[in-house]
Amino acid sequence: MKKDIILAGVGGQGILSIAAIIGTAALDMGLYLKQSEVHGMAQRGGDVSSNLRIGDKEIASDLIAMGKADLVISVEPMEGLRYLPMLSPDGWLITNSKPFVNIPNYPEIESVYSEIAKVHRHVILDAEEIAKNLGSAKAANVVILGAAADHMGINFEIFEKAIRTIFGKKGEAVVELNINALRAGRDFSAKNSHL
Amino acid sequence: MQKLLLLGDEAIAQGAIDAGMSGIYAYPGTPSTEITEYVQHSKEAKQKGIRCSWSTNEKTAMEAALGMSYAGKRTMVCMKHVGLNVAADPFINSSITGANGGIIVVSADDPSMHSSQNEQDSRFFGKFAMIPILEPANQQEAYDMVGYGFNMSEKYKVPVLMRITTRMAHSRAGVARGETKKQNEMSLPSDLRQFVLLPAIARRRYKMLLNNQLPFENESEQSSFNQYIDGANKKMGIITTGIAFNYLMENYPERILPFPVLKIGQYPLPRKLVEKLCNECGEILVLEEGYPIVEEMLKGYLANGIKVKGRLDGTVPRDGELNPNLVAVALGMTDTKGADVPTLVEARPPALCAGCPHIDSYLALNEALSTLAPGRVFSDIGCYTLGALKPFEAINSCVDMGASITMAKGAADAGLVPAVAVIGDSTFTHSGITGLIDAVIDKSPITVLILDNGTTGMTGGQDSAAQGRIEAICKAVGVEEDHIHVFKPLRKNHEENTQILIKELAYQGVSVIIPRRECIVSIDKRMRAKEKAKREEQQA
Repeated sequence: MKKDIILAGVGGQGILSIAAIIGTAALDMGLYLKQSEVHGMAQRGGDVSSNLRIGDKEIASDLIAMGKADLVISVEPMEGLRYLPMLSPDGWLITNSKPFVNIPNYPEIESVYSEIAKVHRHVILDAEEIAKNLGSAKAANVVILGAAADHMGINFEIFEKAIRTIFGKKGEAVVELNINALRAGRDFSAKNSHL
Repeated sequence: MQKLLLLGDEAIAQGAIDAGMSGIYAYPGTPSTEITEYVQHSKEAKQKGIRCSWSTNEKTAMEAALGMSYAGKRTMVCMKHVGLNVAADPFINSSITGANGGIIVVSADDPSMHSSQNEQDSRFFGKFAMIPILEPANQQEAYDMVGYGFNMSEKYKVPVLMRITTRMAHSRAGVARGETKKQNEMSLPSDLRQFVLLPAIARRRYKMLLNNQLPFENESEQSSFNQYIDGANKKMGIITTGIAFNYLMENYPERILPFPVLKIGQYPLPRKLVEKLCNECGEILVLEEGYPIVEEMLKGYLANGIKVKGRLDGTVPRDGELNPNLVAVALGMTDTKGADVPTLVEARPPALCAGCPHIDSYLALNEALSTLAPGRVFSDIGCYTLGALKPFEAINSCVDMGASITMAKGAADAGLVPAVAVIGDSTFTHSGITGLIDAVIDKSPITVLILDNGTTGMTGGQDSAAQGRIEAICKAVGVEEDHIHVFKPLRKNHEENTQILIKELAYQGVSVIIPRRECIVSIDKRMRAKEKAKREEQQA
């Protein structure tokens, strides 16, 4: 088993929080993992990405080869499109629909959506809205992770356990919220996957 | 034992803690910052009393580390590649003084310039200093090399350079810890004149360094970090250095290499192994992250030996970092790529944060300069360098730490009056003070803005050495008190701040203006820490 994942977003959107949950789950399963992060200049509101690789055999490269990613998980719709050259022809684009507009020339959002619709396998969801309905928009990233959860070769229960490990210190209410967010993302994905 | 999931930087730090390091010295710089931060946050390091606060710059860090080595203890000094330029004087001379306690200099290169002004290759500095260099291919090697490096440093009484690159520094993987070693007892060098580089002594020390070159090479021949991996197809032999090996392996999913490969992790190059590869193979492909240093050595000026392929003949691009695709192409394999980026996708460059104090400083400065011809603002290294981009387009230079003040001075000397320098508080204490003294001595007509946000912002908010000292420093070096102003960069103070700037721009001497307001990210962090403390208190 081997999964190559690109996490994408804008600096400050917290893509590494998604990476932390996947990483914890992968370690729990005894998988190998390599995760390349972006620090420094690139974080200041610019586009950021992380290469996350998990597998049952030792992983060679810290970077995924172009056209070989199994998943592009994006917390921002235009940023998801930026990494299409990385995505394998049968890979999944899982993306948030809510744009993060911090540049004056951000494209017309409807045209962004129509480009996403052209991607062979994709899920697009309003993660903030789903998270807000569960109690807090802060759990949006976990909703997006939930939408990708069934494509990662990791049992869903292991993701739930990872959330307990990571959010445990913040109290039961936060754990509950994030587990609900994860489930809501998965449920959305099950009903709205575009093949 | 459970493996730790560590960044390359963190693996180095943990390796140093376990290998009995007594102190770490560094100035923050991407991608090296997390080494020192890991030690600062390590409970173990605290228990062991490991010295770990930030230094004012890389030169002071290198010198303090040399002092710790003199006193017999193990020490590490960390910086980004351009930081080694700042520390070059003590670094090069430390190869002549040699070490007493083990000393490892970590320099983190940034090929492709993710967060840097250039992509210089620190291995040249190691070669220049004629000391051993270690270059890990993965996080485990990064950990293991630290203990190994300290041992070698103490065996030959010489500093060891460890060179990493961005992807090594900022990529996470499982690392198994080894044994932990106690810190050294304090002990002075057996020869108390070892570190006195008077010519007579320096000549003797230099000969010792020269005599050690062969033993260093022998160490490389024996090192487990240099591996000769045989392959059936001798048409080509491959040399990889550091993480280039990973990109090579990525292209062979079954992990079976068709060609003989020499994996390099320690320098000087193991001559016998290189010769073996060249004797057995028809041609050589060199895959190295950074400059073509090994390739140049192999090729020679006349290129009349074995055919060598790499960055110099275009088999691999001359600049930028490697990746699995570039290596695939170099191996003659078909390149892979997904769909094209849709044309509507726009670039999203980094920008100053909403609410950043620098925004208000630049708005005031731009207005104060609006009646003058453009092109007179010299800036420096930090978040405020983003003032070069839209919508501010407020600065005309960014060269190296501290160059804003000195370049403004030089331009003013040439007649560009008024000339303006824009520098951050941490950069000012790093390398701005000496330049300010030059300007004071000449009474140069420059206006210096020291943007004081109370932190080293760009690298993630480390302590700034300037804290609470800037006005006193400026006064002490001779800036006239009437021409030192502090203002708060806020939208509501815009008019008043602009007027102060206009007045000082007209002054025919050195003015210092200190826009002071806390970094917005620091405030956020402080608030979160406060909330967390409150939450923990409630739970308790």
